[in-house]
Amino acid sequence: MTAAGTGTHTGTRTGRQLLVLVIGAAAVATLPFILPPAQEAVAVRILIFALMGVAWNVMSGYGGMFSFGHAAYFGLGAYAGGYLIVRHGVSPWIGMAVGAALAAAFGVTTGFLAFRYRLKGAYFALATFAFAEMLHLLALSFEPIEAAAGLNVPLLQGSSWWMLQFPPGSPNYFWAILALTVLAVAATIALLRSKSGGYVIAIREDEQAASSLGIPVMRYKLLTVGVSAAMTAVAGAFYVQYYLYINPDLAFGSAVSIQAILPSVIGGIGTIWGPLIGAAVLGPLSDVTATLLRDPPAALAFLEGRSGLDVILYAALLIVIVLALPKGVYGALRSYFARGST
Amino acid sequence: MTRRAPLSLAARLAVAAAVVAVVLVLAYARSGSGIVVSQAVLTGLLLGGVYGLVAMGLTLIFGVLDIVNFAHGALMTVAMYGTVLLASHAGLDPYLTLLVTAPALFGIGMALQSGLINRTMGSSLANQLLLTLGIGLLIENVLLLSFGSEPRSVAVGYAAPLRAFGAVADLTRVIAFLGALGLAALLYLLLQRTRVGTAIRAVAANPDGAQLVGIDVRRMYVLTFALGTACAGAAGTLVAPFVTVEATTGELFNIIAFVVVVLGGMGNVVGALVGGLLIGLTEQLGGVLLPEQSPLLAVFVVFVLVLFLRPQGLFGRSS
Amino acid sequence: MTLLSVRGLSKSFRGVRALHDVSFDVADGRILGIIGPNGAGKTTLFAAVSGGVAADAGTVRFAGQDVTRWPDHRRARAGLVRTFQLMRPFGAMTVLDNVAVAAQVRASSRAAALAAPDAVLDRVGLARYRDQRSTELPAAELKRLELARALALRPRLLLLDEVLAGLVPAERGPVLDLLGTLRDEGITLVFVEHVMAAVMRLSDEVLVLDQGQVIAAGTPAEVTGDPRVVEAYLGDEAALASGDDGDDGNDGNDGNDDDADDEDPETPC
Repeated sequence: MTAAGTGTHTGTRTGRQLLVLVIGAAAVATLPFILPPAQEAVAVRILIFALMGVAWNVMSGYGGMFSFGHAAYFGLGAYAGGYLIVRHGVSPWIGMAVGAALAAAFGVTTGFLAFRYRLKGAYFALATFAFAEMLHLLALSFEPIEAAAGLNVPLLQGSSWWMLQFPPGSPNYFWAILALTVLAVAATIALLRSKSGGYVIAIREDEQAASSLGIPVMRYKLLTVGVSAAMTAVAGAFYVQYYLYINPDLAFGSAVSIQAILPSVIGGIGTIWGPLIGAAVLGPLSDVTATLLRDPPAALAFLEGRSGLDVILYAALLIVIVLALPKGVYGALRSYFARGST
Repeated sequence: MTRRAPLSLAARLAVAAAVVAVVLVLAYARSGSGIVVSQAVLTGLLLGGVYGLVAMGLTLIFGVLDIVNFAHGALMTVAMYGTVLLASHAGLDPYLTLLVTAPALFGIGMALQSGLINRTMGSSLANQLLLTLGIGLLIENVLLLSFGSEPRSVAVGYAAPLRAFGAVADLTRVIAFLGALGLAALLYLLLQRTRVGTAIRAVAANPDGAQLVGIDVRRMYVLTFALGTACAGAAGTLVAPFVTVEATTGELFNIIAFVVVVLGGMGNVVGALVGGLLIGLTEQLGGVLLPEQSPLLAVFVVFVLVLFLRPQGLFGRSS
Repeated sequence: MTLLSVRGLSKSFRGVRALHDVSFDVADGRILGIIGPNGAGKTTLFAAVSGGVAADAGTVRFAGQDVTRWPDHRRARAGLVRTFQLMRPFGAMTVLDNVAVAAQVRASSRAAALAAPDAVLDRVGLARYRDQRSTELPAAELKRLELARALALRPRLLLLDEVLAGLVPAERGPVLDLLGTLRDEGITLVFVEHVMAAVMRLSDEVLVLDQGQVIAAGTPAEVTGDPRVVEAYLGDEAALASGDDGDDGNDGNDGNDDDADDEDPETPC
């Protein structure tokens, strides 16, 4: 992994990171007063992306366990939230908590098996992929959640923070996902500052050496997976609540796993700000291309009504980043400006 | 962890055969119909041959370049569209297009490896995986953009159902199976009997050593990736007459090929063919055993079991 | 008092016998040197005693407790700590953080965890590299880092796997002096070493392994006179008896050979 490490003794750095986070969040929180309402949907999508990216980064960036199956956690969160509100009218906040617990339990269980059988690298990535696909296939025929047809979240009248439903165009959605994302970043910073964070990095760097120094490797790997899975599930639960619909492809499809990977890769794997930057780059792409194709300039007229251009741009960006900036945008900037001072 | 004595290859094959036999009995008990079971076996084996061909390309790339190739399925789809276009516009017989698609895909593979992937050789697993993922997504969506989301198909004038043991097999599937076996044999001979094949195997075994004896390792990487991609291309053409051709059709084959590659042992070409047949059977019989679930579920269950219990594959030596 | 007691330890890798019925004791505060030709099973013995690999048979008792079934991290917390022959720094971390991670494992309080690493760095002479990335250290300093991390755990017994391998003769003296200091502080040492002069100078007792078995044990003087030992070393490192300083120059390579010959403890089953 091309990730940079994090200190266990860098108290001032942690304080600085939290300060940047708070100031940045405060600035971003004013966006609804500036942006036209149509752009708010883009901002929400960026933040969902960002939350997934932050979560993936915990496990695969800092933990060094490359996951190609974060769709499993996202989908569990989405369906836990969706199922509870549709069938039982339970608040999405509780749905989020339940989904996070479920996803963490699933991640820890499958992770335990994978580590118990010493899967590493490509094999581990393929195993996470297989687990996500299994849930995908099961969901496609699981009647209590409407199988392939998907779940529709009923629309409420009026506005309720408890039920996380607001009139269309309300900035409250934006503030809710912003708060969740900021919490996830703060949790990551806190984790890295803690004793556990030092262990997680040590395990990533050299499992055997870490173990010989008294670090219980299995426990901390599972902790990392559990935290990452829980955060991803929160993103899933919010997704359902925002779009009011979920189906097995949207929840468990491999595209979701890719969406969890991309922000970190583009922004910088194993860095605090990388996933946020990556999400800000990726989030608007599909809207830009949709706008472009809805009313294409003459040169692109033949593309009218076609789909695929957004993913083409993601993919091209991904290729360029991997070849030219393997540390991601933020990682490259940081190495450029602050050579050596981690 | 307990360590068991390693089983001989014969013993492992016997265990695999025993598992297949048990599954056959269960499938019979479940469906209550011999025809259902023999149909599943026939369909499974026929499709399994094609899985084997796709997986041979993938396992070759993995064994020699140590790359988990997520672009393999998309490249296969390119060949499918090639066959669709050549058959519908130029009026070629679909199987004749093999003479175009396989070499074309060989060329595309060469270009990809020498232009892009060679630059990341030796870098982290994540980087290579992401690069092939990016290439795969790019190809898939360029196809989507170019051909739209409407499924295409290839008509074969002489398609006719064949019967055997009460089961029915479409002629196109039989041709695909035989074609896959033939190409697999050709690939095997190429690897075992030619100087280029020997060089490729030398690079797979020890790139540094190969370099020392004067083999151009980078060129072998390019050649290997091209060969693997040509396998995907040939498979794409062979299946085109009986699948609906969409931009994402190859994705499923890619996933199944991963399973097959792990089952057969990463880098093991013969293992890939046998693994392909086994996964074809697993898919079809899984569908009989769990009729309310997707047949792929059984494939993934087998996949995870193999990853856990025999990550070196059924036919690999323990590393 | 006996601190470490190994009884009947055996281990095979895919039918190849790496250790066979190895037994020995180490008394508190003593230094035991383990020697043997390449592939004798020294690395496997370390792995089995430290818990990195599970032995097939035999027991390991440490400080009065049966630790045979304990995983390595639990043994390390109990004070039975090993170092690796190949240097294994946590590359992304600074030198200080490498040590701090280990210190936290045993720290009773946050304050103790923060103070300990600097003290340890001072002690091994790495203080000036404190904030550098560990991958930027020269080989000799990496050896010290390996030692520093282990010391940060406040071990009762240190298993040192070829601390001198890869060091030029001029760099060995200070490391040996450091080991002497550690013993004076009450840390029991067990070390595998190719540099015979070091073994003879430092050890209270010496254990000789060959083909996975103990072929001799005793004081340095007793062992060097043992004909079986001389025989085991013929053709490998013939100069055992004259082992004052005649072995310079080849020990670094020996270390690597040993690693290649010895069975990899990480092999999955």
